[in-house]
Amino acid sequence: MSKQMTGAEMVVEALKDQGADTLFGYPGGAVLPIYDAIFQQNFVKHVLVRHEQGAAHAAEGYARSSGKVGVLLVTSGPGATNTVTGLTDALMDSIPLVCITGQVPTHLIGSDAFQECDTVGITRHCTKHNYLVRSIEDLPRILHEAFYVASSGRPGPVVIDIPKDVQFATGTYHGPKNIQHKTYQPQVKGDLAKIRHAVEMMAAAKKPVFYTGGGVINSGPEASALLCELVKLTGFPITSTLMGLGAYPASGSNWLGMLGMHGTYEANHTMHDCDLMIAVGARFDDRITGRLDAFSPGSKKIHIDIDPSSINKNVKVDLGVIGDVAHVLEDMVRIWRTSAPQVDAGALKQWWKQIDTWRERKSLAYRPSKETIKPQHAIQRLYELTKDRDTYITTEVGQHQMWAAQHYHFEKPNRWMTSGGLGTMGYGLPAAIGVQMAHPQALVIDIAGEASVLMNMQEMSTALQYRLPVKIFILNNEYMGMVRQWQELLHGGRYSESYSEALPDFVKLAEAYGAVGIRCSDPDKLDDAIMEMINSPKAVIFDCVVEKAENCFPMIPSGKAHNEMILAELSDDAGVEIGSIIDERGKLLV
Amino acid sequence: MNAPTLNPPPPPPSPYSSALGKANIEQHTLSVLVDNEPGVLARVVGLFSGRGYNIESLTVAEVAHGEHLSRITIVTSGPPEAIEQIGHQLERLVPIHKVTDLTLHARAIERELAMVKVRGKGDDRVEALRLADAFRARVIDATTESFVFELTGNADKIDQFVELMRPIGLVEVSRTGVAAISRGPEPI
Ligand SMILES: Cc1cc2nc3c(=O)[nH]c(=O)nc-3n(C[C@H](O)[C@H](O)[C@H](O)COP(=O)(O)OP(=O)(O)OC[C@H]3O[C@@H](n4cnc5c(N)ncnc54)[C@H](O)[C@@H]3O)c2cc1C
Ligand SMILES: Cc1ncc(C[n+]2csc(CCOP(=O)(O)OP(=O)(O)O)c2C)c(N)n1
Ligand SMILES: [Mg+2]
Repeated sequence: MSKQMTGAEMVVEALKDQGADTLFGYPGGAVLPIYDAIFQQNFVKHVLVRHEQGAAHAAEGYARSSGKVGVLLVTSGPGATNTVTGLTDALMDSIPLVCITGQVPTHLIGSDAFQECDTVGITRHCTKHNYLVRSIEDLPRILHEAFYVASSGRPGPVVIDIPKDVQFATGTYHGPKNIQHKTYQPQVKGDLAKIRHAVEMMAAAKKPVFYTGGGVINSGPEASALLCELVKLTGFPITSTLMGLGAYPASGSNWLGMLGMHGTYEANHTMHDCDLMIAVGARFDDRITGRLDAFSPGSKKIHIDIDPSSINKNVKVDLGVIGDVAHVLEDMVRIWRTSAPQVDAGALKQWWKQIDTWRERKSLAYRPSKETIKPQHAIQRLYELTKDRDTYITTEVGQHQMWAAQHYHFEKPNRWMTSGGLGTMGYGLPAAIGVQMAHPQALVIDIAGEASVLMNMQEMSTALQYRLPVKIFILNNEYMGMVRQWQELLHGGRYSESYSEALPDFVKLAEAYGAVGIRCSDPDKLDDAIMEMINSPKAVIFDCVVEKAENCFPMIPSGKAHNEMILAELSDDAGVEIGSIIDERGKLLV
Repeated sequence: MNAPTLNPPPPPPSPYSSALGKANIEQHTLSVLVDNEPGVLARVVGLFSGRGYNIESLTVAEVAHGEHLSRITIVTSGPPEAIEQIGHQLERLVPIHKVTDLTLHARAIERELAMVKVRGKGDDRVEALRLADAFRARVIDATTESFVFELTGNADKIDQFVELMRPIGLVEVSRTGVAAISRGPEPI
């Protein structure tokens, strides 16, 4: 297993040993030896992006859709700093990445050498961990350790900064073996006594709800399967965060839709009124809790999470179970089955009756139009026309992202790639490229806003170079719609700088890149146009011209409780008065 | 020398602090065993600044040379929920072996070393030496018009000594910060 080779060759060898067959990158002086090693092998496929931020998001899309670690390679200085947004995005959303950066030679570090920057210093705050490799002896261990750290426990991005002299140096390579990390050994198995206690609490509940999140996706398809089984066994209602969509199928009868700021009426009211909340791999984000002191005031709370710091961070819970979702749910399902607890069937029936009255509010309804394409309608049509295919959805950030979450329905995990925690405009197109690399035969669609997609539009070239037929479905409202909506609700309709001026002609832009451009503004022609997009063997930019002033509802205004949602009906006739719904305290919040 | 009276204005109300805001503030001493690798201290300090936690005092030194283990002692303050978070956040750092809240779990012994420079003549010198004796402070440097005292003890004792020296002619103080260890035969 141990062989003599250069540091650059070790990088490639370690990628092979880790099964990392796809690498997103951009060359430069400080990584030339590694690019030379890549040139001389056939295992690792390198995807040349057009901006290092694109490499990071592509690696994220690759990772999230495949369950593998996403890998990127960039040069020192500007190459490294350009990845910072993507690394931060991956940290916030718990995405496993390994980012290899070149560094100036060891003896020049600290001298303000050409394209030197303190990469480990800069990325310390936006990585799960990072390394500066000081000698060739350390390199094989660090390479394998980086994959281990990125993918175990709560996943996250890891940077390996490799000075150029270390890439040239020769040393002894070791394979991954079963590296036992000295200090980092996250707990995956949950405490059985606590799981038993959780089952007792669940059996006694009269108004329970599962609140699930991205941790279920992180834990793997097995976790989703176990979650579905547990929902079936218990008969409890289930809602999910933006990050957890697809873990439980949207067609499942216990599904309440997404919760939170733009979640459904039924999901948020169920959370508010429940007597037992079972949080599974979700982190009580402020988009979920709204006003903390009014968050589900009457409930007992169970929280299953692999990261002890997630438990009791924002919301105090009654029972925290530390462990991996799949491991804990496996025990929970087994204990539930063997103990076959007597649930209060009468109470549960009553609870479902209550939930059904909330469902009747039809909180995702919107006023249809014959003249313009309503953005919600566009997503619904896109869903209907793609749901029976092998489809993966990515998004940019804004209203379109929320409409996608509300109106596109996911049946399986790993099909939905979105920037939740950081909310990075420009995520969706490179992420789609990463997804398409992982799933060459699949239909990959970036549901985009016209403002966001311009932030990494250069990646169209990447898509074309590798013949990746990604579809960019732009809900073009000629506004930074989400910003415009907040300005309408909070700032008296003063639309400061939120109008998308001087937009490119997206059809011509597509053609300029060598892709296909489609435009549609007529609701009657929408289906045909979508079919044309789906059937195109090439990358497509679809300019879907939608209603400009549409707001995304329902919405829990900042600083409000779950049962103080604004619904679309109210907003229609209340108009300007919506501003008064949000108080001064709420305006302070983001 | 006039000691600046530190009376910071109350922080602006954070919209997020409703749950934690008015909780009682406690002071805790955390002991953190870390791999002594480059940057580890920056990780710990960066965590505190990045997440807005307080550092009242911080000391660090290698304690097991062969194993490259360092021990960081941090005195921090905040509501109990925040202190619990700090512990968990520290545990997330990859090169960290163990975090122990000595205040919570170990009836810790805490000591700090201070060197205190005092300038004065005549009766002031006599008074300084008398007080030093009472505090078991040693003279480690002397001139005809100054002393440097060395003093160990818990932070309160040192505070008290410094306050007593102030009117006599306190020039400056250098303190190590708190080192702490648990009582009894067991390690942390
Ligand atoms: C414009 C905009 C609007 C938004 N509106 C909403 C909204 O209305 N509703 C909404 O839900 N979100 C919304 N979000 C997203 C929101 O900001 C958060 O990203 C999201 O709510 C967090 O999801 P999560 O709690 O599932 O946590 P994640 O960020 O997915 O974190 C996962 C949690 O699971 C844990 N975990 C990870 N792996 C495992 C494992 N193997 N086993 C056990 N636990 C594990 C982690 O420790 C962590 O605590 C919005 C974002 C944007 C940009
Ligand atoms: C990099 C970045 N800059 C700024 C923002 C703030 N922001 C959030 S949504 C949004 C508008 C997005 O506009 P568009 O992509 O057209 O989407 P729409 O809301 O119109 O659907 C902005 C500017 C952000 N999330 N990311
Ligand atoms: Mg827009």
